[in-house]
Amino acid sequence: MRSPLAWWNDPWRPPRILVGVTLAYLLWSLIPVLIAVIFSFNDGRSRTIWQGFSTRWYWGDATKSVWHDAALHTALLQTLKLGLITTVITVPLGVMFAIGIDRWRGRLPTGANMLMLVSFVLPEVLLAVALLFVVTSLSLPIGLGTGAQVLGLVTFQIAYPAVLVRARLATIGTHYEEAAMDLGASPIAALRRVTLPMLLPAIFASIVLVFADVIDDFVLVRYLSGNSSTEPVSVKIYNTARAAPTPALNALATLLLLAALLAITLGYLIYRRITRGDHTADRGIAGFAGEA
Amino acid sequence: MTRTEVAAPPESQSTRARASLLGPALAVPGIVWLLLFFLAPLYVVLAIVFGRTDPIFRTAVPVWNPLQWNPSQFNYVLSRIVGAQGIFGPALVRTAVYVLLAGLLCLLIAFPVAYYVARLSGRRRGLLLALLIAPFWISYMMRMLAWVNLLQDDGLVNRLLSLGGLFDVRVHWLTGQPVVVVLGLAYGYVAYMILPLYAGLDRLPQSTLEAARDLGANRFASFWRVTLPMCLPTIVAAVLLTCLPMLGDYFTSDMLSASPKTAMVGNLINDSVQSPGQTGQAGALVMLVLLVAVLPMFYYVRVTARGDVSS
Repeated sequence: MRSPLAWWNDPWRPPRILVGVTLAYLLWSLIPVLIAVIFSFNDGRSRTIWQGFSTRWYWGDATKSVWHDAALHTALLQTLKLGLITTVITVPLGVMFAIGIDRWRGRLPTGANMLMLVSFVLPEVLLAVALLFVVTSLSLPIGLGTGAQVLGLVTFQIAYPAVLVRARLATIGTHYEEAAMDLGASPIAALRRVTLPMLLPAIFASIVLVFADVIDDFVLVRYLSGNSSTEPVSVKIYNTARAAPTPALNALATLLLLAALLAITLGYLIYRRITRGDHTADRGIAGFAGEA
Repeated sequence: MTRTEVAAPPESQSTRARASLLGPALAVPGIVWLLLFFLAPLYVVLAIVFGRTDPIFRTAVPVWNPLQWNPSQFNYVLSRIVGAQGIFGPALVRTAVYVLLAGLLCLLIAFPVAYYVARLSGRRRGLLLALLIAPFWISYMMRMLAWVNLLQDDGLVNRLLSLGGLFDVRVHWLTGQPVVVVLGLAYGYVAYMILPLYAGLDRLPQSTLEAARDLGANRFASFWRVTLPMCLPTIVAAVLLTCLPMLGDYFTSDMLSASPKTAMVGNLINDSVQSPGQTGQAGALVMLVLLVAVLPMFYYVRVTARGDVSS
């Protein structure tokens, strides 16, 4: 039996304190969500007392379930719609921006890069209020609703693909592209046939990250939604969480969780596939999460 | 490289010229987008804050010419921060205190977790990372909803504290408890701190740390004098990345307390955005947050941009 002091001074002891903190953190961060998911299957109206298992709040209840209550499933559809449209616009825009900034020397691209990084850290509510003012006090062709929401989301998300692709460009360097051009490829052909395939992991990771981040968004989409028909899930949860909701709200949140989980898992599997045999890419989850 | 330039055929001149045009051509759409929908809206806020209010409809009328700007709305907000009419003061102080406390709490939780996963977890690292990333794709509102459920008067937290009915615990957690709001902020944002810290700690050179131990530093000395100074820029960047978004947060306080007793500056903005005639006031508060955030923001941008160049 060793004394506690000897245990403390042993440089080879396993890091039990750090393991404990990590485990405690994981439990603290995940168990509340797990409980909320479990209560979406509650048979009664309570979100705090278990009354038996049922799928009543998903489709069983004829008026208040997610399937039958129009207010709930429009929210889910709006969230997914915003996620898809925003991703389709943001990722090409951000990728082009990153490659362009990388190729272009001078003050202007440096300033543009700064602007992009500022948009990355600016408190979201500031951008949301600014865009709300723009849409409501100027006569623009775009009114509040899906259009304005997409506009705001793209602006807020464009930094994601840009940062990821710039990091990847820095890792792969310029020599592959120069070799292609020395072998006779035009700059555009070198970009399309050498650089772009090498950027694929970063592009793909940013697709998944932007989608996951958009369906999680709250501040922008709330201010820029015109009426309740363009309110996504996050806004619906915010509006009803404190006003005696039923477990249908938990069910709605659980469905969104499933959608995100599906997107991430599929994305990760495809990411593993396209980086197979690629030694320059970090194939682990860290690379996928953009910590390049 | 030099050989290609010497042996370059004449048409490669135009190839190089096209190559130099390719960058601007690719970057311009993104730059235009950022100018139109990021920089220009901030100017619109300025034009509204220093603009007029329509006397009949109480709507804001932006004034585009900076020479005609009227600072009365901005002064109105400034004059109500301190002094007898200081209705905004308490919320501003509260924001500072909450954000500082929550940021500190995040760092206390995030650093050990990131350190363990990045440096000591070995084969379990992939699984642990997947679990650490989970809060990123679980919607913020769902995570707050989960706590709203747990903290109800008859919720699991009160039932746990009463040890199965042994004591009569009736804490009203959700009615303006500062502790709940600070913990909620920490719960919501800590994941955003763990990932950048993880990335920074993962990059630390193992050899330098081993050298410190070999040269006789004990565990604390090597941590304090080698590890910590080396990852200080990462820590600062991670703290900024977490605390700046918290500055504009109003929904955490709304979800977990819904009481003016815990209102933050985000709540002030949110309330005045939604009431007619206070658009200019909301804009002035937005400018105020921007002024506070601008220095740390540019610090972050400079550190990140420098990192880009060196890597």
